[in-house]
Amino acid sequence: MTAPLLEVRDVGQRFRASGGMFAKTRQVVAVDGVSLRLETGGVLGVVGESGCGKSTLAKIILGLIKPTSGDVLIDGRSLTTMDRRERARLIQPVFQDPFSSLNPRQRIRDIVALPLTAQGGIPAGEIRKRVDAMLSRVGLDPAMGERLPAQLSGGQRQRVAIARALVLHPRLVVCDEPTSALDVSVQAQILNLLAELRLEFGLSYLFISHNLAVVEHVASEVAVMYLGRIVERNEASALFHAPRHPYTKALLASVLTPEPGLGIPETGLGDAMPDPANVPSGCRFHPRCPVAVERCSRDSPTTERAGAGIVECHLAPVG
Amino acid sequence: MRALRNAGLCVGAVIVGFTLLVAIFAPILATQDPFAQDLSRRLIVPFWMEGGSTNHLLGTDQLGRDYLARLIYGARISMLIGIMTVVTSGAIGVAMGVIGGFFGGRIDDMILFAITARLSIPLILVALAVVSLVGSSLTVVVMTLGLLLWDRFAVVARVSTMQIRTLDFVAAAWSAGCSRPRILLREVLPNILSPLAVVATLEMALAILLEAALSFLGLGVPPPLPSWGLMIAEAKDYMFFSPWVIMVPGLSLCALVFGINLLGDGLRDLLKTGRTT
Amino acid sequence: MTALLEVADLHIGFGGLAAVRGASFTVNKGETHCLVGESGCGKSVTALAMMGLLPANAERRTAALRFDGQDIAGLSEREMSRLRGDRIAMIFQEPMTSLNPAYTVGSQMGEVYRRHRGGTRQAALDRAAELLERVRITSPGMRLGQFPHQLSGGLRQRVMIAMALMCEPELLIADEPTTALDVTVQAQILRLLADLQTELGLAILMITHDLGIVARTAHRVSVMYAGEIVETAPVFPLFAEPRHPYTRGLLSCVPVPGKVGRDEPLGSIRGTVPRIGPNFAGCAFRDRCDLARPDCSSPVVRHTLASEHSYLCQIAP
Repeated sequence: MTAPLLEVRDVGQRFRASGGMFAKTRQVVAVDGVSLRLETGGVLGVVGESGCGKSTLAKIILGLIKPTSGDVLIDGRSLTTMDRRERARLIQPVFQDPFSSLNPRQRIRDIVALPLTAQGGIPAGEIRKRVDAMLSRVGLDPAMGERLPAQLSGGQRQRVAIARALVLHPRLVVCDEPTSALDVSVQAQILNLLAELRLEFGLSYLFISHNLAVVEHVASEVAVMYLGRIVERNEASALFHAPRHPYTKALLASVLTPEPGLGIPETGLGDAMPDPANVPSGCRFHPRCPVAVERCSRDSPTTERAGAGIVECHLAPVG
Repeated sequence: MRALRNAGLCVGAVIVGFTLLVAIFAPILATQDPFAQDLSRRLIVPFWMEGGSTNHLLGTDQLGRDYLARLIYGARISMLIGIMTVVTSGAIGVAMGVIGGFFGGRIDDMILFAITARLSIPLILVALAVVSLVGSSLTVVVMTLGLLLWDRFAVVARVSTMQIRTLDFVAAAWSAGCSRPRILLREVLPNILSPLAVVATLEMALAILLEAALSFLGLGVPPPLPSWGLMIAEAKDYMFFSPWVIMVPGLSLCALVFGINLLGDGLRDLLKTGRTT
Repeated sequence: MTALLEVADLHIGFGGLAAVRGASFTVNKGETHCLVGESGCGKSVTALAMMGLLPANAERRTAALRFDGQDIAGLSEREMSRLRGDRIAMIFQEPMTSLNPAYTVGSQMGEVYRRHRGGTRQAALDRAAELLERVRITSPGMRLGQFPHQLSGGLRQRVMIAMALMCEPELLIADEPTTALDVTVQAQILRLLADLQTELGLAILMITHDLGIVARTAHRVSVMYAGEIVETAPVFPLFAEPRHPYTRGLLSCVPVPGKVGRDEPLGSIRGTVPRIGPNFAGCAFRDRCDLARPDCSSPVVRHTLASEHSYLCQIAP
């Protein structure tokens, strides 16, 4: 069996959060024992609410922060063994906010060229050619390359960010909420563009989002994160049709499809908001879980195989 | 409201620009030698007063030196001190602030300690002590002020860097495979320049005032150099009978500092509202 | 059904640029009216105009602006502020910026009440506790003594809702009330609003960009585009038979689980919203519309169907 494109092995990330000079330092568990695999050509969706650690996980996979434990492998090789140029040729990011993801002082052309110039040794004419080609591919006029980010709309900026991510022809693109800041009609344009580019360039996506409808549309496999752990992972169709974890069920129930007459769903979730600085004992979801039993507050559930995926719940059907 | 602020910027720029031109072209503009004494022509009044002459437009001082020439050459000293101090202290402060803000952790703790230590030093006392120990010269004044006035640069550069560092375009540059110096110079530095430009004007005004204060106390640039502060100091004995000897350099100093501050305020508003090319 | 808020031919401009161009709509008692549209379409400015909270550089003119039969277009700032927070209340997208971080929840809620109703501090606090309970906040006594930063986003929005309800308003204007919240919390807050509507007979003017929220909460919907209401209808006909090409386009853009398969493109609207200058005429959507004809650049007449369904297009059936 060949190594998968991306393998995340038992990755953990703890921060020390200081509450000021005299306050006790607290330990924040952002990511806790996460393992993932993504095969070439696949789209792995990661969903979860704010504070679940999905953005920290994205930064770890991009090599922007070093995890406190575990390892990230690309093509079977650890990220830690690669130099920055090699890593850049394999993984590139697309971030959420197209306003803060482009340097306001640089021309669009220089922003898109950045991964090429960082490689070094590519002649200027070649860079110019590749930047122009990439700008037209993402649907922008190459003449726009002379402008500054402030002169572009949100959708155009996100196209610039995509062009920058693809100009080196990486193998994996980490999309961290790439359409959350955009209007619905622009979101559709960007999602369609990402889908076309994936087939055209043979890309794989790690697609992070809080919007389950978007993830359902793009992902082949989905992982659900809660308080730093993956509580359920499965093939997209299986996860959406037969969710096993109560949190996945609540998330799915919360999706408001544009169908009038269905009313507003009752999630059954409690008010105890997840706090990564204060992870509950036992199952970390039990304070909000609508079906929790006494055992859930005591024992941590183990990861069980469930179909093609995994689930982490005492009460979930497995096998 | 906006036009008013822009007017302030224009007035400031005109005052500072004019002083700078006067400083640069002092040898051409001054028709008289600022050092030539003529004890027979002491304390001649300016041309607009009774008994004034067009020969000495602003009159002469207590040693009979042409006051206009001294004022023109004095602009040189003020601008030189202002600019050189800002360059020295700016280089020190920005480097410290950017490094602290960018790397964080223990390095930042050290830089923060240095800033706190610097802020606890009484500026004018240390300047006085240094000058009286080493002796006064233009270089000593510039070096002393330059080595003391970096704190505001460091504070502003540090905080701005910390904000910029967390933005996604910096993360994108890391992911693009950029090296650390490249990220510092191309991604971070250009984006913290606007607040630093404002600090630079404030520090320049402060440096010019401090030099005047030191010269007034006799510890700034040594006579017979025509510093505005020195001119005020030398004039103070004659101010009751010849008030213009103190008013001419005094008003010039006020106007220049006022102009620099107007420029700084205008710059801040201009840079805050974004730029279009 | 009686109308609580009636707006006719509302125009709002900033300098030479028109933000709202001839918007007319009605919010009935006990109903939710959704104003839906994308950023910059004028929906939030419309909401602010209802509250008399437009920025100073805005020019507003309107044929009629009636609240409960009374004309409020001509009210002075003082009369308007008496109405605000009392009979008309508003909640915003980011509750953190609308709560004062320096005061406790209790004192802020109490102040609203005492400004309009007077009474003792204790009476106001009792009322605040009662409302916190009403918005399903557990241990309201403890929450009253807390500061906004000690609450989670969902709790803060509940506090905002409770504060808005202090003086039993008849109309609640909600500007993207759940956009900053997580999906599960969003469902909880929207449910709460729906329950409160039934309990108190509230009329709600909901401003949102999310068609899912529209479908699940609205009785009537107005779709805004470039400052105009391009289509207005009760919620069922709007989703079942959208007429205006923009409404249709918008609906096709939304990914719905099970509707469009993976690797199949979503519907999308090409181009971007035009800049509306002073001399703009005709349909604002024509440059992005697949059906556009040359005569779309001449002024468009509003078509009215049965069942209070109208739209601004001369081509759509």
